Amino acid sequence: MIPFEYLRAGDPAEAVAAVAGRPGAAFLGGGTNLVDHMKLGVAGPDLLVDVSRLPLDRVEETAGGLRIGAAVRNSDLAAHPLVRERYPVLARALLSGASGQLRNVATTAGNLLQRTRCPYFQDVTTPCNKRVPGSGCSAAGGYTRYHAILGASEHCVATHPSDMAVAMVALDAVVAVLGPGGARTLPLAELYRLPGDAPQRDTVLEHGDLIIAVELPHLPFARRSAYRKVRDRASFSFALVSVAAALDLDGGLVRDVRLALGGVAHKPWRATRAEAELRGGPATEDAFRRAAEAELAAARPLPGNAFKVAMTRNAVVATLRALAEEGR
Amino acid sequence: MDARITLRVDGRVRPLALDTRTTLLDALRDHLSVTSPKKGCDHGQCGACTVLLDGRRVVSCLILAVTCDGAEVTTAQGLAQEGEPHPVQRAFLEKDAFQCGFCTPGQVCSAVGMLEEVKAGHPSEVTDDLTGPVTLDDEEIRERLSGNLCRCGAYVNIVAALREEAES
Ligand SMILES: Cc1cc2nc3c(=O)[nH]c(=O)nc-3n(C[C@H](O)[C@H](O)[C@H](O)COP(=O)(O)OP(=O)(O)OC[C@H]3O[C@@H](n4cnc5c(N)ncnc54)[C@H](O)[C@@H]3O)c2cc1C
Ligand code: SF4
Ligand code: FES
Ligand code: FES
Repeated sequence: MIPFEYLRAGDPAEAVAAVAGRPGAAFLGGGTNLVDHMKLGVAGPDLLVDVSRLPLDRVEETAGGLRIGAAVRNSDLAAHPLVRERYPVLARALLSGASGQLRNVATTAGNLLQRTRCPYFQDVTTPCNKRVPGSGCSAAGGYTRYHAILGASEHCVATHPSDMAVAMVALDAVVAVLGPGGARTLPLAELYRLPGDAPQRDTVLEHGDLIIAVELPHLPFARRSAYRKVRDRASFSFALVSVAAALDLDGGLVRDVRLALGGVAHKPWRATRAEAELRGGPATEDAFRRAAEAELAAARPLPGNAFKVAMTRNAVVATLRALAEEGR
Repeated sequence: MDARITLRVDGRVRPLALDTRTTLLDALRDHLSVTSPKKGCDHGQCGACTVLLDGRRVVSCLILAVTCDGAEVTTAQGLAQEGEPHPVQRAFLEKDAFQCGFCTPGQVCSAVGMLEEVKAGHPSEVTDDLTGPVTLDDEEIRERLSGNLCRCGAYVNIVAALREEAES
């Protein structure tokens, strides 16, 4: 690890100024991803600005929705009574991620901005366009079990590893950012990028942009929502594929639906084509399968992960079927 | 870069001067000779370094010591009260819940933190009703302790030890 200075920021504006004014500076949340990367040599900030103790650690009720402070710990968010009641998909996604010890430390903003678990990205002895732009992609012809089937480019086929973000994208979450130029908000789905020819950029944030909160809009039918995670072992493992869904039924018809996929792309993947296919149609297994297939028509699997196309389709069907049965 | 911090470790106030790069785990083991937290992976993947930080279980290998100034740290060796093992430690002894013992201090701290989470009514991924009460059955114990690996495979007896604790 290279030497670095440490600053515990007193307020958000001070934190933004400290990072914006220094190219090598970085925000520190719980550190469960950044400190790991500093040990591995993947990141080498010369100044850490600790934002985990800023007064951004509250979950507040808004008009029917919730505003989640950037420093709220993953475990506290999952245990929050209103999250458990109104947004079970979010509580379940959080609880499926990492371990009890890590969730006690990890923050909301840090979770959103955690970086890919592509093994080549984490191994500084191998070429990786995301870590060293232009150096090549070691996953091409390599190990791709955890890699993308949707929206990838020849430059990078990595996936975004967060479970929480998949649920939040399904819930139409909005991110509040304080940057050197002032405050702004943007839909979480627009925070993330596809790799294109600049895979070094995971998000549209600029240096010095501080996430201060995530807002969840009013979505009454999210009370019937679920998160399904398929992985190589029963617990404490990243998703091969995951599905976040909320279903609103009108008799046997789908009145409305929210659907997002994890483990399949460079960003949490909002399944808008499948949603359009489902709305107004019958809530049957056949319809669920057709919708999943419509979304996956664009899938371009790699030699090592073709199984994920069928796995994703089946996970979508199983998740929606279970939600539909819950409603009967 | 050097930093000065103070930790309260297992009930004792410990002032420290250390490099900002030092993790909480290394501060405990190398600076304070508190060696019950173990370094298994150093990457958050095994749980051997688990301690209670201000009462919550955490992996100490991914936390920078400098961020913990003023915090209260309890390690497995600080769980005993007046020479008497903590009930979780006693349950581990009685149920033979370890073999080599390397993962055990982390397992014990994790279990103590976990039992508090259950007491507070926090659900886990396998809890059927997110808003209902939690019953700590074997499936719950396994899920809640999945952040602690045991290379000797003492899991069966670890679950047995905690089942006993859950019932008492
Ligand atoms: C062994 C292991 C298993 C895991 N398994 C899972 C899993 O199954 N599912 C899952 O989803 N995750 C998993 N994780 C990842 C874990 O969820 C993340 O490490 C964690 O959420 C990151 O949060 P943090 O607060 O510790 O972030 P940090 O490490 O502090 O920060 C991460 C990034 O966010 C930036 N940042 C932090 N706060 C802000 C802010 N307010 N504004 C702008 N930038 C900010 C930092 O500069 C850094 O770039 C696992 C991690 C480990 C170590
Ligand atoms: S898939 Fe992306 S992160 Fe992985 S080696 Fe290729 S460029 Fe790097
Ligand atoms: S040493 Fe900390 S989790 Fe393995
Ligand atoms: S008892 Fe040996 S690693 Fe668990």
